[in-house]
Amino acid sequence: MEKHNSDDKVFFGFWVYLMTDLLMFAVLFATFAVLRNNTFGGITIREIFDPPAVLTETLILLTSSFVMGLAIVSLNYKKKFFTIFFLILTFILGLMFLEMEFSEFIHIIEQGYSWQTSAFLSSFFTLVGTHGLHIAVGLIWMGILVAQLLRRGFTTGNLRKVRLLSMFWHFLDIVWIFIFTIVYLMSGI
Amino acid sequence: MKKLSQLKSYLIGFILSLLFTATSYLLVVNQIFSGGILITVILGLGILQLLVQLVFFLHLGQESKPRWHLIFFISTVFIILIVVVGSIWIMDNLNYNMVPQEINTYIMEKEMIYK
Repeated sequence: MEKHNSDDKVFFGFWVYLMTDLLMFAVLFATFAVLRNNTFGGITIREIFDPPAVLTETLILLTSSFVMGLAIVSLNYKKKFFTIFFLILTFILGLMFLEMEFSEFIHIIEQGYSWQTSAFLSSFFTLVGTHGLHIAVGLIWMGILVAQLLRRGFTTGNLRKVRLLSMFWHFLDIVWIFIFTIVYLMSGI
Repeated sequence: MKKLSQLKSYLIGFILSLLFTATSYLLVVNQIFSGGILITVILGLGILQLLVQLVFFLHLGQESKPRWHLIFFISTVFIILIVVVGSIWIMDNLNYNMVPQEINTYIMEKEMIYK
């Protein structure tokens, strides 16, 4: 019972972190919304937006969020093999997502633009880049966690970390819904 | 039984999210509605997907009372609305009330102000 209570506190503490992170993203979204038209003769969001590629990115991240859920279901069933299997699958999907985001950035830079070109590009790179950075941190965490699960087994601490990571991962997918809608889709209108 | 319903919850969340994503994507690519309506519709779909993922993936609101997770989430949304809506409102207003470039140049020439 004592243990259960302290776990609840850990989850709530992590939830508070996620909410403050959400606030930070909200501020970046506000910055983007305000600066979206200040392109200073550089590239605009319409030229960056490649609908099929962004849809693929979105579907990959959504699937990885779902697969992370499957890992939690396997964890509740105490199926060690499937937990690790789904975690690795999530990792691969996350890596694919990050690769696509990177190639989009590189494509913009190859055209001769960067975050220094205009206020719009600064806010674009900051918003999307911060999300990408979170994904990268999540992937590192996932890698370490899988190694821990393989080495030390399914200890209480490791089980808790898997649940915390799943919260983090679902949270990042939620942030991406809004990047998809507000940054990309709205530019196509 | 409870565990089985959890798998179901993830499945429902995934399918609904896929539906919402596909709908807003197709609406934009095919330009079904015009400007203002389309923006409202895809924003609405985004918020629906947020709710779906909060309930089916993060299991928000399914904790026992008092629901601190939910309460903290709602207060965060409140602050976010103030920050985002407030910023856009104020900055658009400032933009609108800016002196147009031509008038700016005219005044500068007339008053002999050189940058």
